[in-house]
Amino acid sequence: MTDLETFRSETRTWLEKNCPAEMRQPMRSEADACWGGRNWTFQSDAQRQWLEAMAGRGWTVPDWPKEYGGGGLSPAEARVLKEEMQRIGARPPLTSFGISMLGPALLQFGTEEQKKHYLGQIARGEIRWCQGYSEPGAGSDLAGLQTKAEDKGDHWLVNGQKVWTSYADKADWIFCLVRTSSESKQGGISFLLFDMETPGVSTKPILLISGSSPFCETFFDDVKVPKKQIVGEVNKGWDVAKYLLGHEREMIAGMGLGTGGSSVTLGAAVKPADPLLRAEIAAFDVDALAFAAMSERFAAMWKAGEAHPASPSMMKYAGTELNKRRNELLMAAGGSDALEWDSERSRKGATPRSWLRSKGNSIEGGTSEIQLNIVAKHILRLPGA
Amino acid sequence: MTLLTDDQKMLQETAASFLAEEGSIARQLRHWREIGCTDGFGHDLWKQFAELGLTGICIPESHGGLGLGATEAALVLEEIGRNLTPSPFLTTAVAGARAIDGTAHADRWFPEILSGEAVLALAVDEGPRHAPEQTALEAKRQGNGFVLNGAKQFVVQGGSADIIVTAARTAGAPGERDGITLFAVPKATSGLNADSQSLVDSSRAARLTFDNVSVDADAVIGEVDAGWAPLSRALSAGSAGVAAELVGVASGASAMTLDYLRQRKQFGKLIGEFQALQHRAAHLYSEIEIARAAAFKAAQALDSRDERAELHVSVTKAKAAEVAGLAVREGVQMHGGIGMTDEHDIGLFMKREAVLGELFGDVYYHRNRVAELSGY
Repeated sequence: MTDLETFRSETRTWLEKNCPAEMRQPMRSEADACWGGRNWTFQSDAQRQWLEAMAGRGWTVPDWPKEYGGGGLSPAEARVLKEEMQRIGARPPLTSFGISMLGPALLQFGTEEQKKHYLGQIARGEIRWCQGYSEPGAGSDLAGLQTKAEDKGDHWLVNGQKVWTSYADKADWIFCLVRTSSESKQGGISFLLFDMETPGVSTKPILLISGSSPFCETFFDDVKVPKKQIVGEVNKGWDVAKYLLGHEREMIAGMGLGTGGSSVTLGAAVKPADPLLRAEIAAFDVDALAFAAMSERFAAMWKAGEAHPASPSMMKYAGTELNKRRNELLMAAGGSDALEWDSERSRKGATPRSWLRSKGNSIEGGTSEIQLNIVAKHILRLPGA
Repeated sequence: MTLLTDDQKMLQETAASFLAEEGSIARQLRHWREIGCTDGFGHDLWKQFAELGLTGICIPESHGGLGLGATEAALVLEEIGRNLTPSPFLTTAVAGARAIDGTAHADRWFPEILSGEAVLALAVDEGPRHAPEQTALEAKRQGNGFVLNGAKQFVVQGGSADIIVTAARTAGAPGERDGITLFAVPKATSGLNADSQSLVDSSRAARLTFDNVSVDADAVIGEVDAGWAPLSRALSAGSAGVAAELVGVASGASAMTLDYLRQRKQFGKLIGEFQALQHRAAHLYSEIEIARAAAFKAAQALDSRDERAELHVSVTKAKAAEVAGLAVREGVQMHGGIGMTDEHDIGLFMKREAVLGELFGDVYYHRNRVAELSGY
């Protein structure tokens, strides 16, 4: 047996033993995810056990280095682990913006001390992070942000407002873009980390058309942030921000795969009786399966360093547009059943709520139009773009 | 999905430079079109394919071929598509070779395919739409052999082929997969008439009539009544191959269009500066990347004998035709008036796409197959 085959068989045995049956049930919604953090209430013992078992091996972040709480797995081993988890339908033990967004940025831009301090907490699910990027006046034009951080000698003094901060009301810490200079637009931005319990931080949930409130407005009123809690150099935060956005877009692009991954087609799930709807769903399934192939290829290229740096924009664009279409078709296939909002039978309107929520996919993390601008400029190199 | 190996990248580079140079639109497609060539492709170029070993890509090493697979064929076909190179590569070296692989016909025909002498054609369709299960061309036992009666159409390279791989019915009724038998019929057989037609893209396809065509029992490929297996093997290899060629057509049309956006000026500006065009170009780029990934996925699935290979083949054929269609429509529109002229090459991409989109089943055929294969 090759080393990889040995690893696979050991992993399979270990997963069989350590993944509780309950954690092998498909996730019904985002609410079934384990987000971790200081105030996290586990849904069940199984959810706690699963997180502890996986975190114990560093497998919440399999490909991060061991010294930072990761599993230290090679890309091939990480892929085997993923496949073996998929094989038994194991849920992710931990979902967090620490894993998908801040962690990669810290690995790239953090000091040794920051990596040691923050990455382990992320890997173990101890600290839940939120992202302070957008502002009321800085949406698509993100670099126009105005939240100010003044240098007060031993600390930064932060004042301003963020919006669309995902789960700010549930998060422990925030990674936040602030303006440290007004002399240059992108060259006056810094990347700060701070505790959401710091005096002067307050949050207010925003009720969405989907009826849920995953986002908040976040206010900073004379918030003191220790000087060492800056990632990268002062006024160089835009580089960190862009790198992180690449990872965020990659994550959002994953939505194109749907919750069932690529193994179940939409048509197989809904069995459309109407021939015209069947035809549309078949067209969708072609696109969805082709996109799943693209995701595999993109992941392999990204890991091998062969992907264009702007390609997450293309993935984000394609994946989110696909997810919106999937939701439109689920509404069509559901007919009037898909209109109920509160009933038990409709699982509290899961279909229409998901449909409405999906409309944000092509807005958050940079709109589809912004992604197309990026592709036109950085990949196609069209003039004046 | 695995990325290309170093060997595969080398093959890709070889094919890319060979076809860009020798197989260019000016040297091949326009040349043969202007002189009204009845084969629609150049035999000298086909010999060059053979010298490079490309005709033997899908032929096992034990027969003197390269012993490679669908992935390598796809790499060559993408370059063929990009240059609109007319050649019998798809019908002979890919679909044809896969049909006879592992049968007695391999010994007879592989050497001549390798040397670039033999051309194979696949005769499947009997109506204007691809429907292989509907095979009705009759093959009746007679003595030690069979007598074939019926007609085929859209037999690509049917006029220039030496051997026609023909699907015929020996049992059952049209619509059934059982009872189809695959025959290797030499073109020169008496009673077999080929009416070779020029298609919209200046390629050639024949309408064949079989009028009491007698063949020996050893003309059968594989087993009598069980021709569906070699036929679907050939059609899968052909569909995955034509999808890769369509990705090349899309890439070629898109590259030409992007160049135009970077040099054509209106209102005192390069038209590529207009966001209305930028967004469409970026969308097209995204679609082409996805189509290419789907083509690799299908090729790798065929090469690894993945149980979902058939599904991936239909996904890639449907997706590639859809995307190449978008690429050529955007290509002609963004070129404006010049794109409507015969002198400009962009229109040639549109014509090629129309033929390749239809070959081995159009978008609707393959979408329907995706639905059926996934159980709805």
